Amino acid sequence: MSRVPQSHLDAAAVNRPLRGRVAIAGAATYGCGESPGMDDMTLLVRAAQAAVADAGLTMQDIDGLATCSVNASMWTMPVIEHLGINPTYVDGTMIGGSSFIAHLLPAMRALEAGQCKAVLVCYGSAQRSATFGRKESVAARRFMDPQPYEYPYEPVLPVTAYALAAARHMHEFGTTRAHLAEVAVAARAWAQLNPEAFMRDALTIEDVLSARPMASPLTVRDCCLVTDGGGAIVLTRAERARDLPRPPVYVLGNATAIWNRQISCMPDLTTTSAAQSGAQAFAMAGMSAADMDMAQVYDAFTINTILFLEDLGFCAKGEGGAFVAGGGIAPGGRLAVNTNGGGLSCVHPGMYGIFALIEAVRQLRGEAGARQLSQHHTAVVHGNGGTLSSQSTAVLGTTETL
Amino acid sequence: MHLSAHTHYQAELDAGRICIQHCPQCQSHVFTPRELCPHCGASGLRWVRAGGLGTVYSTSTIARKVDAGGHYNVALVDLDEGVRMMSRVEGVAPEAVVIGLRVLAHVAHKDGRGLVLFTPVREGGAP
Repeated sequence: MSRVPQSHLDAAAVNRPLRGRVAIAGAATYGCGESPGMDDMTLLVRAAQAAVADAGLTMQDIDGLATCSVNASMWTMPVIEHLGINPTYVDGTMIGGSSFIAHLLPAMRALEAGQCKAVLVCYGSAQRSATFGRKESVAARRFMDPQPYEYPYEPVLPVTAYALAAARHMHEFGTTRAHLAEVAVAARAWAQLNPEAFMRDALTIEDVLSARPMASPLTVRDCCLVTDGGGAIVLTRAERARDLPRPPVYVLGNATAIWNRQISCMPDLTTTSAAQSGAQAFAMAGMSAADMDMAQVYDAFTINTILFLEDLGFCAKGEGGAFVAGGGIAPGGRLAVNTNGGGLSCVHPGMYGIFALIEAVRQLRGEAGARQLSQHHTAVVHGNGGTLSSQSTAVLGTTETL
Repeated sequence: MHLSAHTHYQAELDAGRICIQHCPQCQSHVFTPRELCPHCGASGLRWVRAGGLGTVYSTSTIARKVDAGGHYNVALVDLDEGVRMMSRVEGVAPEAVVIGLRVLAHVAHKDGRGLVLFTPVREGGAP
């Protein structure tokens, strides 16, 4: 319908000077899965405390903060209160699940400029255990975040939006329901290697296809989990990270792109703005999909993984179904994707982006246990927010990639 | 009093008219309603009646319990004017709504407010 937007940013020229200048020095999760009695803040603070300790720092060393919440629009302020910090850099950008990946580049600029020395990117959500239920939350959001051209038709959001994208992808490219199921089955196979993953029982393609229908062509097994969980990372300048206890994970590239909010306003349901964020992040890193040892992509629904593998350049547009077929992204496949089990089988507390980052850090450090990849120097981490609305891509690497 | 683009759209709909906007500068039709043309940035978008004919761009059958009304359709429809809207195609089973289906809009009312719904049309014939 409408034209797919074009960006004129020369990311290689504009952002390349920041390549590798900032590193992830600490990372941690807390309370992933089910944490009865916990609330959003408790999970965030516990994850933050663990990430800061992992970085070999104290909370008083943290002078930069990036965080956001699904429910609270002024979330940075209570987080600052609870952590007892006095940051000189604050970022509360909220663009859905991609937020924590989108927090990277501004933090890199602030660190490079000397505005702060250690930035904590953190999230917590007790979405599964919260007493303020999903039903109330959805009802409240209709007033807080109105979409008057969609709500009257009762789309069950977000699943309906992703179902519409999946249906269109199937129509244009011959992608099948079995291809979609391959994504869920691969995620489960990875989850079975991860003790932190929430769902670890066996899952077959037939199980996915015969599961409870949600919005055709998607069944409940095409949809992400609803879990609790907290996650946090600490960013410092690269020189400082090298003096800290953990192996630095360098940020080589990052870019964010937003083309629409509502699925009905998306120019082309089979091409997401990941095509833009991915190209710009890779341009900053001076790398391409072919250079990546792994991809941690935001798999809120099975179609996401297929769309993002295409848009990030792992295969041509329309070939994502064939790419994931036959265990292509499962353990032992052609590309390691969502090695923690992803949002489909590991953890998905409202927003997943920080957990994709943390899994990449664990893999790049070589601390991923039974699921550890033998080749682990480079990772692309991709976040998605809204209903295919916001996209943020990060390229991470070990010391060898500098 | 200035009428917001949404208020204007909804008022027309409540009165049974499906209106979209047209940009006098770049000659594009615009939906969803807004203040500025998303294609060229111009203001002064004009309201025009939509012809109502369109094509299903994508479709989904939403699962709902029988006692709550049963399964229903949600679709994205490309109007012939070149804009896309979310809606429902009714008058056929939700599973019978397919991409590429030609559809015709009408205004229905729900809770006193107008909304656009579609029914299938046979090419070259009456709906």
